[in-house]
Amino acid sequence: MRSQFDSPIIVLGARLLTPYIMVFGLYVIFHGHYSPGGGFQGGTLLAAAVLLIRVATGRRVSRLQIQEFATTPLAVIGVIIYFATGFAVMITGGYFLDYGQLPIPGMDPVWLRYTGILIIEVGIGLAVMAILVMIFDNMVKGEDYA
Amino acid sequence: MIWELELILYLFLVISGLVALKVRDLLVAVVMMSVYSFIMALLFVSMGAVDVGFTEAVIGAGVTGILFVVVVYQTTRKSKD
Repeated sequence: MRSQFDSPIIVLGARLLTPYIMVFGLYVIFHGHYSPGGGFQGGTLLAAAVLLIRVATGRRVSRLQIQEFATTPLAVIGVIIYFATGFAVMITGGYFLDYGQLPIPGMDPVWLRYTGILIIEVGIGLAVMAILVMIFDNMVKGEDYA
Repeated sequence: MIWELELILYLFLVISGLVALKVRDLLVAVVMMSVYSFIMALLFVSMGAVDVGFTEAVIGAGVTGILFVVVVYQTTRKSKD
């Protein structure tokens, strides 16, 4: 893998494949409440797309996508989305993560549960993607692998 | 599920696991681990656990393979065997 030249075929293949993996990951996250999949699987698919670019093209191209210092804040934002939803329900008098009592005016409890699970899964997907990319960045320790 | 197809999948599962254990080149072992995970995911789906199979395919055949490749290239082999 530590080759001395850039292979255009590998770079082109990775660039061709990455957007479709990302779109499929977003589909899995946003359809997680009535089909197989969910936040964890969708976040892992997004992370696989980012890692494919990182392995195939090296730092020069991949820093245009997600910078290394941006992974920790993204993970923290995901976790904060999860816990903010849970505690917002507790403020209005329900149990932790009891989506039926979310403080959004003008929605009946069925739609509140629907929306609550969707918000939770967006947070989980963001946190999983950022943490998997962070593990990869900490493993290569700044070396270039392209 | 067609039982002949499942038998072929089980056969490939055992073969890929044995190859991953016995082979000398570590990169080949990593690729064989990915193949093992993917056949495992197919078997999970055929048994009705779609969610488990999805997770196995994404984690085992995707991200773990990349992380293992990085580990292989960061370690060196001391002895010449």
